[in-house]
Amino acid sequence: MRTVLYNLAHARAGDKGDRCNIGLIARRPEFYPVLVREVTADRVKHLFGEWCKGPVERFELPNLEALNFVLHGALDGGALASLRLDTQGKTYGFALLRLEVEIPEALRVETLI
Amino acid sequence: MPQPFRIAGASGFWGDRNDALLDQVRGGPIDVVMLDYLAEVTMSILRMKMMRNPNQGYAGDFLKALDPALHDIVERRVKVVTNAGGMNPRACAQAVVELARKKGIPGLRVGLVTGDDILGQLDTLAARGIALENLDTGGAFSTIRERVLSANAYLGSEPIAEALRAGAQIVVTGRCTDSALALGPLLARYDWAPHDWNRRAAGIVAGHLLECGGQGSGGNFAGGWEQVPDLANLGYPIAEVEESGEFVVTKHSGLGGLVTPPVLKEQLLYEIGDPRAYVTPDVVADFTSIRLEDLGANRVRVFGIRGEPAPEQLKVSVSYQDGWRNAVALTFVWPHALDRARATERLLRARCEKRGLDIDEVHVDLIGVSGAHGPLAPAPREEPNEVLFRMAIRTRDRESAKRFGEEIAPLVLSGVPGAASGLLSGRPEESVIVNYWPTLVPRDSVLASVEVLES
Repeated sequence: MRTVLYNLAHARAGDKGDRCNIGLIARRPEFYPVLVREVTADRVKHLFGEWCKGPVERFELPNLEALNFVLHGALDGGALASLRLDTQGKTYGFALLRLEVEIPEALRVETLI
Repeated sequence: MPQPFRIAGASGFWGDRNDALLDQVRGGPIDVVMLDYLAEVTMSILRMKMMRNPNQGYAGDFLKALDPALHDIVERRVKVVTNAGGMNPRACAQAVVELARKKGIPGLRVGLVTGDDILGQLDTLAARGIALENLDTGGAFSTIRERVLSANAYLGSEPIAEALRAGAQIVVTGRCTDSALALGPLLARYDWAPHDWNRRAAGIVAGHLLECGGQGSGGNFAGGWEQVPDLANLGYPIAEVEESGEFVVTKHSGLGGLVTPPVLKEQLLYEIGDPRAYVTPDVVADFTSIRLEDLGANRVRVFGIRGEPAPEQLKVSVSYQDGWRNAVALTFVWPHALDRARATERLLRARCEKRGLDIDEVHVDLIGVSGAHGPLAPAPREEPNEVLFRMAIRTRDRESAKRFGEEIAPLVLSGVPGAASGLLSGRPEESVIVNYWPTLVPRDSVLASVEVLES
């Protein structure tokens, strides 16, 4: 069974130089293992494609049932030099939540979108 | 049980709500208000203001926030700690003293922390063999040396604590870490030992939760913004910190907002890298150790926090001139709005070539379709009613950026049809790019100093 990541998690993104970080937080504790399994650094790198020039790192925070992604070279040179509409990548959390992920049949997920 | 020490956040950046300070002071009992004004972008803007006027260079909004609140602050003996000093903390502190005089408040003690500005020491540092290479890219400092506008070390909490111990009621700093605005008052209150890394880390985490103002109490909350009450009267977050370092995050009950574990999780993850090592001049905090417990009624207990020894080097934020940019925009309407926007891109590129503009980089947004997310956005399923076409450029020389701005208005008569106004000016002005260069210096090369002024 597949669902959109938005139904499983919420996210906040911010900038540091040319890096964007996205905190991805499970909406329910039982969703956290799904995030760990499905939302790999590779998938995030693939999703952002040419908009993320460097590597993507992933860090696990089981204490907060959350993952932190650091996208290097993802802000067109950083907020101060960027030509993009969203110079700081503040909306990139929502871009990540578009991802489609596989979930176990037994998992009860409310459809939010 | 002894009363916890209550720290209230009242500003998350330069441009935040100026009435939050008064709300925090009047909304209920607090001991300290912290106001953060500095982002990476802010210091360079302040530098340019100071170059134009030596009495400027600080976040003047702080004075606007303080003016209506100062009598209450003095009466209730609330302490105020802020990095509003920016590039010019002395001018900011003097402006506070002046405001107190004007309001007839004698004897107000204003602490002033300086020493973060190391612009004048860069050559001495280089002579000592300190490379100042870019912390992110490894780039050599020599490539930007001639274009440097400012260099500020991130100070920690000790100078703030020292100013408070010396009797300051208001403390003004330049560049310090945002979270030091919480740890400084905690050190002055509880005298935590220099090597008490766990409690220092707790103070830093409290600061991290308060440093973005309303974002710590339901503002910009992606995990259920529909449920956040009364954003128009958002009560900014408050940390009630025990001597043990455990704390409860809450807000004044008479104001809007929401304090729950999901709200705090979003803020904990905001602008961090490796969560196991949140590096500050005071301590390296381990965010994977943070535990949250929902106590209900907008109260969340935060505990279990661990820290490791402070680093040997301090981070420095250097700003430097890095070319020019400009952007133009036009709205196109149905039908074929996207086709006409794309044709306009081609047209503008041809015009730039004909006019001989020296452009390093071009970026195009089709706002309404893929403006914010570019290639991540799916193709539209149907013809959009309108698309805002935006084209931005970066140049080395100012003239090219300026002349690019002259190319958009003529398209209304000489371009493709169906163009409405573009939100941006019909002749947008070029702006200088001031970029950011993070680097490291040895701790002993930065000497913070503390004074106390009095009204």
